[in-house]
Amino acid sequence: MDMNAYLSMFIDESNDHLQSLNENLLRLESAPEDLSIVQVIFRSAHTLKGMSATMGFEDLASLTHEMENVLDLVRNNKLKMDGFIFDTLFKSLDVLDSMVQDIVGGGTGKADVSNIVASLKAIVSGEYRTDAAAGAPAKTGMDGEPRGIELDQFQISVLQQSMETGHQVFHIIVKVREDCVLKAARAYMVFELLERSGEVVKSEPSVQEIEQEKFDRSFSVYLITHKPMEELKTQIENVSEIESAQMTLLDEESLSLLSQPSKPQPAADRPAEDKRPAADENKLRTSGAQSGGAVTKTIRVDIERLDVLMNLFSELLIDRVRLEQLAGEIRRSDLTETVEHMARVSGDLQNIVLKLRMVPVESVFNRFPRMIRDLAKTLDKKVDLVITGAETELDRTVIDEIGDPLVHLLRNSIDHGIEATEKRLQAGKPESGTVNLRAFHSGNNVFIEIEDDGGGINRERVLATAIKNGVVTADQGKSMSDEEVYMLLFAPGFSTAEKISDISGRGVGLDVVQTKINSLGGAVGIQSELGKGTVFSIQLPLTLSIISAMLIKLGSEKFAIPLSSIMETSIIRREQIHHIHGSQMIEFRGAIIPIVSLSRLLASPDFDESQETETEVVIIRKGDKWAAVMVDEFIGQSDIVLKPLGNYLNGSPAVSGATILGDGQVALIIDPNALIK
Amino acid sequence: MGEELKVIVFALANEHYGIEVDKVRTIERMMPITRVPKTPAFIKGVINLRGVVIPVIDLRGRFGLEQTEATENSRIIIVASNDLEVGFIVDSANDVIDIDSDAIDTPPEVVGGIRAKYLRGVAKLDEQRLLIMLNLVEVLNKDEIIQLEQLEE
Repeated sequence: MDMNAYLSMFIDESNDHLQSLNENLLRLESAPEDLSIVQVIFRSAHTLKGMSATMGFEDLASLTHEMENVLDLVRNNKLKMDGFIFDTLFKSLDVLDSMVQDIVGGGTGKADVSNIVASLKAIVSGEYRTDAAAGAPAKTGMDGEPRGIELDQFQISVLQQSMETGHQVFHIIVKVREDCVLKAARAYMVFELLERSGEVVKSEPSVQEIEQEKFDRSFSVYLITHKPMEELKTQIENVSEIESAQMTLLDEESLSLLSQPSKPQPAADRPAEDKRPAADENKLRTSGAQSGGAVTKTIRVDIERLDVLMNLFSELLIDRVRLEQLAGEIRRSDLTETVEHMARVSGDLQNIVLKLRMVPVESVFNRFPRMIRDLAKTLDKKVDLVITGAETELDRTVIDEIGDPLVHLLRNSIDHGIEATEKRLQAGKPESGTVNLRAFHSGNNVFIEIEDDGGGINRERVLATAIKNGVVTADQGKSMSDEEVYMLLFAPGFSTAEKISDISGRGVGLDVVQTKINSLGGAVGIQSELGKGTVFSIQLPLTLSIISAMLIKLGSEKFAIPLSSIMETSIIRREQIHHIHGSQMIEFRGAIIPIVSLSRLLASPDFDESQETETEVVIIRKGDKWAAVMVDEFIGQSDIVLKPLGNYLNGSPAVSGATILGDGQVALIIDPNALIK
Repeated sequence: MGEELKVIVFALANEHYGIEVDKVRTIERMMPITRVPKTPAFIKGVINLRGVVIPVIDLRGRFGLEQTEATENSRIIIVASNDLEVGFIVDSANDVIDIDSDAIDTPPEVVGGIRAKYLRGVAKLDEQRLLIMLNLVEVLNKDEIIQLEQLEE
């Protein structure tokens, strides 16, 4: 079998599982008693193990196997989570992640896992407690229990709980056919089936042994389910090479019989302790069964195919505009009707095509909780990260680029924003700092805000550093507004941290953030209150492939200016232009703003505004700077499809790309940021 | 006998040039070209080739020949080399022929004023005509364009 065909699927799914492991471990860390989370973690680890073993990545499989052993003890209440176990599990995840990344890079996924495996083994055997000097008494005494078909006290109570809540409990004996070649695989298929229909409480032999084909011709399981016996039976028997499934419905009486051979209860308080997790498990089970039907079906698609689809669609869009023009000229009602209908359909199609490329910001956000946890630990600060609006969607191309700037800003907030614990207590703030990461839609933009309740930005200190580093002069500094001073943080070569740490504060970073966001067509802003905290906000365009633009004319040539940076349009008279210190300015809404001659900048062959007595101007904005751009004529507003100019022509000044107009002609898109110095 | 090469033959200022067929994507009639400001004079601008924006070069200008108005016979040859896609404006494109790769000689030092590095070699078509094989990589070399730009400034 050609494994390469499955490799990309394996990588995708491994990444998903690693992500879910990370998330759930974090959740578990804040609620260590919640065994339902352990179940989820266990299942992810288990699937990962199976997948890597199938693909022949032995080290991955053996590491996940050890993790699974630890988790198995935890979920069966034989081991309590503590700091050491969490750290070891997180470390294991890091190792797993680097192994998967190695495979992505074409490597073999091999890594030295002996250290981490040893720690995990120590946890399983209970030895680590002596090293870690944890106070809790060892609870691993039940390890030595003989394994048989009998259920342990915990499993019995789970089964009892389920019966009380109206679930059915079956004992199923599955027999595979004598000539069956892939016993383990068939058994796995049966388990898959059973886990979809309910919860497998106990299997004999154990799942691990079954997977290693350590069983003869039959195995038995205890299953909790809603489904009727007959349906399950046929489903199991429909799995190929399965000979029979013998099912027995258990009631409380037979259950108590089953529990007889098990050992006497170790302590009187055990049942009480067991009840709660059992009830929790039940909850999980029912909710799992309900959501199982509602999960939307998805497929993974190569992003390149979506790009092709987008290209094809934009050609269609251009033809549509052309058809509309022609229909307008021909004036035949049935033609007009058809074209109108086509316009509606293509409008819907445009929505769908654009939506296909939209990805929830979650895919970027979900790596932050882990990062914040590690960062806070390194810095010895207490930080809670609150994420809202993770479902907000952004174009895939923006998502790919936005990760690094956000990491920079978050690191900055935690390193420089949130104060050390003592300082917080002195200021009368709660011990742990809060960082809010918010994403939301507004109009054609998506906003991402990072808000911390830290010390805020000290205007004087920022200004002093900026003056020292020659970013501004002392005179300039005096007349600057608070926000202007804060924006100095984004100036190249700026750092206010007195102590340089490896987290941030190398003086690179924030200016990189601004450059990146600007290149995505977005903008950065800062609000801050000394002693209260700081908000960094990033404004991003919804999509990079279709934008709204104002079409303008310069003589015979047509250009597009992105609507996002246009404030308004106006008409000025020649005599309104002032010549100030060699540059042309106009007075606009009480401010003096520069006026830019587009025809001169673009070396227009057949338009010169100096011949006109009245000139149309477009007022554009970059951050808080404004400028008026003189044009010949406004054509109107239109949705345009962005096209790259091609490698041969990159770096043409003031032009950010091209688009194709309704008449099939190419129009260049003006980059407004290049017009404002 | 060497390898058989399929070559597209086009004319430029009374000379015959050849480009291997596998480098050529399509040959188009003249179409509206949108000027791109602040580019060397031989870059005519960009065209819309079925939804893709492609830059167009006047080959006469590129080789320092006198630039003329487009005629009924003028064609745009779209070539693809490395990851560049560029259109060449030529006087006419008339033929696809097979030539023997052994028949291509290294170019003499000076050929019709065009510097030898743009040429891969010269092949004899028949008694009268010579076919000049283009070296696409050099024609599309951007480093030289940057030098040209500096010269203009």
